[in-house]
Amino acid sequence: MKHRPASATFFVDRRPLIGIMPLPPLEDLIACPHCDTLHIDAPVPPGSIARCKRCGVVLFAPRKQALTQLLSLSIAGVILLVAAISFPFIDIDAMGFENQTSVLNAVTAFSEGRGVPLAVAVALFIIVLPMVRLLALIYAIGPLVTGHRPRRGAHVAFAMTEQLRPWAMAEIFMVGVSVALVKIVGLATVTIGPAFWAFVVLVIITLFNDRVMSRLSIWKALEREGAV
Amino acid sequence: MSTTPDTPVTAPIADPVGIPPGVTTARAAGLVACRRCGRVNAGRAVRCQRCHGPIRSRDTQSLQKVWAWLIAGLIAYIPANVYPMLITASLFQYDEQTIVGGVIELIHYGNYGIAGIVFAASVMIPVGKFIAIAYLAISVQRGRPANAHRRHKLYDVVEFIGRWSMIDVFVVAILSALVQLKAVATINPGIAALSFALSVIFTMLSAMAFDPRLIWDAEGPTAHE
Ligand SMILES: [Zn+2]
Ligand SMILES: [Zn+2]
Repeated sequence: MKHRPASATFFVDRRPLIGIMPLPPLEDLIACPHCDTLHIDAPVPPGSIARCKRCGVVLFAPRKQALTQLLSLSIAGVILLVAAISFPFIDIDAMGFENQTSVLNAVTAFSEGRGVPLAVAVALFIIVLPMVRLLALIYAIGPLVTGHRPRRGAHVAFAMTEQLRPWAMAEIFMVGVSVALVKIVGLATVTIGPAFWAFVVLVIITLFNDRVMSRLSIWKALEREGAV
Repeated sequence: MSTTPDTPVTAPIADPVGIPPGVTTARAAGLVACRRCGRVNAGRAVRCQRCHGPIRSRDTQSLQKVWAWLIAGLIAYIPANVYPMLITASLFQYDEQTIVGGVIELIHYGNYGIAGIVFAASVMIPVGKFIAIAYLAISVQRGRPANAHRRHKLYDVVEFIGRWSMIDVFVVAILSALVQLKAVATINPGIAALSFALSVIFTMLSAMAFDPRLIWDAEGPTAHE
């Protein structure tokens, strides 16, 4: 049987809205980002999921300590990303010819001639954008966790983490790496370096972060704490 | 706030046919919702009170942007399949491999699982995505009210899965970084690697330009108020 989690977000009945009864104050409403349906923004208890009444999209999925988790994992993510860039990634050895590759090498390997745009794109997808996303998230939610006023431009930073989400492709890169390894495993001896494992952990953190993040709740918290 | 019936969303989400009775949209109520943060703003607002982002009741240019990016993606997908993705040079041979050629080679060496992944990411997902986005755009243009739920699901899948097409580009990146063993063998990216990356980027932009609220607009009387 399909599990339908309980929730406390109510949908707005259209009848009272048409002229007869007054609207609730706008800050007590929430609209589904996917289908525009209005709901009353009632508190959702931690651990439960509030879905849109009409299209089923998750509106709120609050968890206890979610922000603290998000912050500490993001900080861990930054450290891992730095490690993933600096340490050897993969080492291959074919007939005595050895080549050690760091992630930076992978990016700059074809940075000559027509490889340049591709190198730039790969650098953006696997290093720059994931890093910008993590830093912007730390900037935006850090003060919320420590109980301070949000920093100036916190909403710009958080909007950025949301917009960059599809373009940060560390997890897709790792699948690509696995495919590449299968392709050359017969031709050469492959040794996996520490950066490879740093990347694996980073991917797990990113996937977990995106699950924990309840973006509408963070926007509400930023508004409540007076972000400018 | 006792004006609204306190019906928790524990009941099954919507009936399979049509909108659930009593649902209203921000637009129908004369308000503008923010797609980024969910905040409901007054009808004339152009900036969201909560996240300060630009807001519009509906993105009227949505479909134009969708089509423009989609066509760009389609065009870039053609050279991506015709030209080589990988250029391998070794002492004994010089070899150019297209996307499909790479899949066939993997099958040849018995790596069926990996061949399946590459084929799905480089052929099935891009082609499926072209068709899905075109179908969504056309169905919205024609104002079809039917099966909004299924189309919305399709939109979700397209949004989620599109970026995974990038796998083969990363394969090429890693292979050309690793296999630079001067005298023995070198691997370099071909033209297709760039055109394929562009094709994926363009179709991602196309999917992002689509305003999913348009799917639901045709569904109920709420659309025409
Ligand atoms: Zn919805
Ligand atoms: Zn907003």
